[in-house]
Amino acid sequence: MWADTDVKAWLARAADSDVWWSFKSSTLTIVAAGATLLIIAIALLSPLLAPHTPFDPATLSLSDGLKPPVFWSADGDWTFPLGTDDQGRDVLSSIMYGTRLSLLVGFASVVVAMVLGITLGLLSGYLGGMLDAVIMRVADVQLTFPAILVALLIDGVVRGLISVQRHDEIAIYVIVGAIGLSFWVQYARTVRSSVLVEKNKEYVQAARVIGLSPLLIMVRHVLPNVTGPVLVIATLNLGLAIISEATLSFLGVGLPSTEPSLGTLIRLGNEVLQSGDWWITVFPGATLAALVLAVNLLGDWLRDALNPKLR
Amino acid sequence: MLAFILRRILQSIAVLLTVGVVAFSLFRYVGDPINAMVGQDTSMEERAALRDKLGLSDPAPLQFLRFIGNAAQGKFGLSYRTSEPVGRLILERMPATLELSICASLFVMVLGIPMGVYTGLYPRHWSSRLLQAVSLVGVSLPPFLIGILLILLFAVVLRWLPSFGRGSGTVNLGWWTTNFLSWEGIKALILPSITLGLFQLTLIMRLVRSEMLEVMRTDYIKFARARGLTNRAVNFGHALKNTLMPVITVAGLQLGALIAFAIVTETVFAWPGVGQLFIQSVQFSDIPVMAAYLMLIGFLFVIINLVVDLLYFVVDPRLRSQGGAARVGGH
Repeated sequence: MWADTDVKAWLARAADSDVWWSFKSSTLTIVAAGATLLIIAIALLSPLLAPHTPFDPATLSLSDGLKPPVFWSADGDWTFPLGTDDQGRDVLSSIMYGTRLSLLVGFASVVVAMVLGITLGLLSGYLGGMLDAVIMRVADVQLTFPAILVALLIDGVVRGLISVQRHDEIAIYVIVGAIGLSFWVQYARTVRSSVLVEKNKEYVQAARVIGLSPLLIMVRHVLPNVTGPVLVIATLNLGLAIISEATLSFLGVGLPSTEPSLGTLIRLGNEVLQSGDWWITVFPGATLAALVLAVNLLGDWLRDALNPKLR
Repeated sequence: MLAFILRRILQSIAVLLTVGVVAFSLFRYVGDPINAMVGQDTSMEERAALRDKLGLSDPAPLQFLRFIGNAAQGKFGLSYRTSEPVGRLILERMPATLELSICASLFVMVLGIPMGVYTGLYPRHWSSRLLQAVSLVGVSLPPFLIGILLILLFAVVLRWLPSFGRGSGTVNLGWWTTNFLSWEGIKALILPSITLGLFQLTLIMRLVRSEMLEVMRTDYIKFARARGLTNRAVNFGHALKNTLMPVITVAGLQLGALIAFAIVTETVFAWPGVGQLFIQSVQFSDIPVMAAYLMLIGFLFVIINLVVDLLYFVVDPRLRSQGGAARVGGH
């Protein structure tokens, strides 16, 4: 493993880098990074931090239902600082657990899209020929449709293939797969075009001359040189993936209400919105917006920081 | 130019065929059409007979050709959920979606382009910075959340505008029901159109802004100023015109995206359009409706892309003059 001096040298290099410099000099980016880390930390620690376990029916009491937030009206109750929904579930705790699921689905689907896109992009660019043509035509066609539509279609098809009860059990995997499959094209295209540039460079030719297998060349030599753009796309996609999950859950084809993400919470709140109980919808909505905004700001910064043309 | 257009048309047909293959595979292999048509107690022989009668035992390529032929005539079979012809279901709901999308894109263009021009011309003015910051927030808010917030504010708290469906103001013109001909109908359109358009509005504004910033730095703009042209002539006659190419591309793609995102808006506002039909069909895994919707959207996107490509020739004289010598004789 790494020696202590290696770590120190690496840290010194990182502290001296352009990326770190541009991070330090942008207050907005530091705030966004802080907010993102805070939300992630709260979400991860929700079982410890949350005052209630909102989706354990044994702890709920209908008499606690529809309590307003404490700062809004005198009917509020300090055991439920942000109020409760019609089932008596604590809104604050629901949001904590919901954010955890939203983040989980967001990260997982970005990883799925990234792995799929990088693999297909590497193969397509390095091997070329028929495989390249087929992969890129499929990418073109898929790019004609908005990602959310592709995700909806995949979800609908899976629903057609399996029973309803089974679907609720595996809903989270279906969602991750559907969103992942709807975002792979951008990675594949970026990786492919970088590979086309890289594969004619001398270091790749040298690797070929000493007889390394194509797989080894692709993974060990070409891939490290295309990680920059991939990282930028991944950060920008994380925000989109979280929005997609929330949208699917809001439309009622995402995570079930027994295991709600932020999108599901907003849908449940929306059903009682007409009666004026705004807090059930607005707080999860604000959390979602803050999370996506922070992630998007980070993505924008990373894109500018890693793109020397813009400086 | 002709070669370019022909190539684009061939590409469009290839895209449509691919979409057709996907739609056909959904239709044919996901869920059993026979199961959807007969009861539990139908015997295997009867099922086989029905299968033969409907041509479901024919080779797949033959079935595919038949599917495409039927699709071209708007025949997509019966919905699993309501047992009505899918073509009619979609046609009934098309006016609602189209009117909503048209309204939203008007909202986007009429507001987005001037806002982009303004922020591009005066990037340091405080109001430009404000618009820019608000637009970043707009990009981060999912459309359904915007819809909910608008409903909360204008329908629940202020009670100014309706929040549910097309309202009582629809006028039936035979096969087309419209919201445009009554005040009630127009009022029902306002909130959904804003919801649907807001995301695109911020996109268009940011695009026009960055294009304007780039164009304003070029030499020909300085020269136009040096010639003593009025600000209006420089800004709109010279600068804006040259930002239009990318704007047209994005606007075209966004019109397609509007029709697709109408799914979300229609769900929030219970708007009886095609998107709502699609969501219901996804929930019930109503494959014929999903396949038909896929074909319809594919067709719309291909048409929009073609129109965008043709518009390039209208906007950019350089494209027309390429190979222009061959065209001198006739048009």
